[in-house]
Amino acid sequence: MATLQLKQIAKRFDDTEVLKGIDLDVNDREFVVFVGPSGCGKSTLLRIIAGLESASSGDLLVDGQRINDVGPADRGLAMVFQSYALYPHMTVEDNMGFSLRLAKVPKGERRAKVREAARILQLEPLLDRKPKALSGGQRQRVAIGRAIVRNPSIFLFDEPLSNLDAALRVQMRIELARLHEELDATMIYVTHDQIEAMTMADKIVVLQAGVVEQIGSPMELYHHPCNRFVAGFIGSPKMNFLPVEVVGSDERGVEVTLPGGGSSVVPVSSDGVVAGQSLELGVRPEHLLLDEQGPLRGRIEVIERLGGQTSLYVRMEDALVTITADGDVANAVHDEVRFGFEQKRAHLFDGQGLALQGLDRHPLSEPGRRDNRARHDAGA
Amino acid sequence: MFNKTPTSGPATAAMPPAQQALGAQGIGAVLARHRRLWLALLAWTITFVIFFPIFWMVLTGFKTEAQAIADPTLFFTPTLDSYAAVQGRADYLKFAWNSVYVSFGSTLLALLIGIPAAYSMAFLPTKRTKGTLLWMLSTKMLPPVGVLVPIYLIFRDLGMLDTRIGLTVIYTLMNLPIVIWMLYTFFKDLPKDILEAGRMDGASTLQEVLYLLIPLTLPGIASTGLLSVILSWNEAFWSLNLTSSRAAPLTAYIASFSSPEGLFWAKLSAASTMAVAPILIFGWLTQKQMVRGLTFGAVK
Repeated sequence: MATLQLKQIAKRFDDTEVLKGIDLDVNDREFVVFVGPSGCGKSTLLRIIAGLESASSGDLLVDGQRINDVGPADRGLAMVFQSYALYPHMTVEDNMGFSLRLAKVPKGERRAKVREAARILQLEPLLDRKPKALSGGQRQRVAIGRAIVRNPSIFLFDEPLSNLDAALRVQMRIELARLHEELDATMIYVTHDQIEAMTMADKIVVLQAGVVEQIGSPMELYHHPCNRFVAGFIGSPKMNFLPVEVVGSDERGVEVTLPGGGSSVVPVSSDGVVAGQSLELGVRPEHLLLDEQGPLRGRIEVIERLGGQTSLYVRMEDALVTITADGDVANAVHDEVRFGFEQKRAHLFDGQGLALQGLDRHPLSEPGRRDNRARHDAGA
Repeated sequence: MFNKTPTSGPATAAMPPAQQALGAQGIGAVLARHRRLWLALLAWTITFVIFFPIFWMVLTGFKTEAQAIADPTLFFTPTLDSYAAVQGRADYLKFAWNSVYVSFGSTLLALLIGIPAAYSMAFLPTKRTKGTLLWMLSTKMLPPVGVLVPIYLIFRDLGMLDTRIGLTVIYTLMNLPIVIWMLYTFFKDLPKDILEAGRMDGASTLQEVLYLLIPLTLPGIASTGLLSVILSWNEAFWSLNLTSSRAAPLTAYIASFSSPEGLFWAKLSAASTMAVAPILIFGWLTQKQMVRGLTFGAVK
């Protein structure tokens, strides 16, 4: 079991700075997800942790020990690659036992360890097969098995589910969460899929252009994004952004004008806000509510019915907003609709894209799930 | 495919749709059959043109000297006289052993140097890797005779003239650019992730190469090796200039029949047949491997 600390990790390739001073603490047995758009540096960061790339500057500590100059195999980490990277000429058993073979572990012990990992992953009937004869999901499990056999202090996953089809991805997501529970290991997981991040992480690290935008529990990022980027990246469908202007502020929050007339109070801190200032109002689709008396109006352009819920794409004067409505909503394309929003769930962003601090914290947003479980463990 | 043949288009355009389909098929099929026939004929002609000299050489080897210079004929009583005469004058096996020694020896050496070189170029490239590869290949464009004198002098001073080691070294150097270039392209096709997974599993660079790289690119390495063997076996320029008797391979053996005693066509043919037979058989036995290796990556 292990903790990991990154201190001002930076990486430059020639003239381009891929990572710009990353600080991060990963606690023991935590499931940390690096998420961000492609090219944000998340994979590079993982490869630096793995030892496959070297950091241009900064320190990397496992359990307080600096490991910058330790070789990849000696860091006590195991990595699952996006492409699985199984050894095509070896059987599943040999694939999983390769690290033990290199470490000159006796054959009997090797076999026992591989069998144990195979049992956890339900791979036992496949041990004699070559990777070619396996399905995508099975290959994925072998790759995970290869990591388990090494008994690493930290598991590293580099977009492990991106080559699987949608149904299998959901299944593997659950399996990974279960595995995390069962192995009780520290895991670091890279993905560009915010749903994977939301569903599996104890702690999400949102990266963009080599910079950490925000670190927090999934619910913290969802309810209290610190800036416009995180707000837009976390949550599906994406948050809607509307241009608004400050009318005034008091202890209830900041009052802003709404597109199409009227005004509304958003319960956020009014520090540094002046009347007449332009802000952006951020409201998630699920917090926009169809309402005959609502202050906002627009015309429906597209309707996506998912059964349980319906997404309405509504054209307002100067924006296209998404509304997540009930599955049975009766509206049709080209309908004029009026709608409002839950003020408590709305966000305001200033000219730099920074969020104005909410006056109330959402009850689930803190502490992180991990801490909940730790407390639960201590109680048990 | 049939409908794409250029002449079937205009011919069928005026027909009603139902007939059009039939007509297109009919004409198309006829054309296709003819085209296949012509192609086959062309292929056989080319094959014949290429193969004929070899065929004639083999045939001449079984003739007497008189028959060899007489009017060409396919029908004669074969004789082994020429072979006996050739063997009586020079020990074929000695030359053959030299050929085997230098071509396999140089290939082994080239692979031993080429595999690590190609590994580093394929997996740890620098800005200059592409340039280095091109530069290496450019040395193949140099006429060997251009460096004959310096190499001859170096060999003389090192006492490597007419030694198998000397010839092995020169063949290694000769084939190294091609060997590295080929290995590089084969290695390039191997996903880097697999080697990185190996590194995560604790493999040293040597173990990576031995347990992962070589087994996974064996078809490519094999075809590279085969090509190197064939090129070395057939090489004549250096073997004629750097060897005389002790280390002379089969190419020198053939040459020894052509110049000093005038032209004895039957004996020369017999000697040549014996010189090319091993490599032809070798090539024929390994052609599947060769083709597989050379198309490795293109057709996975």
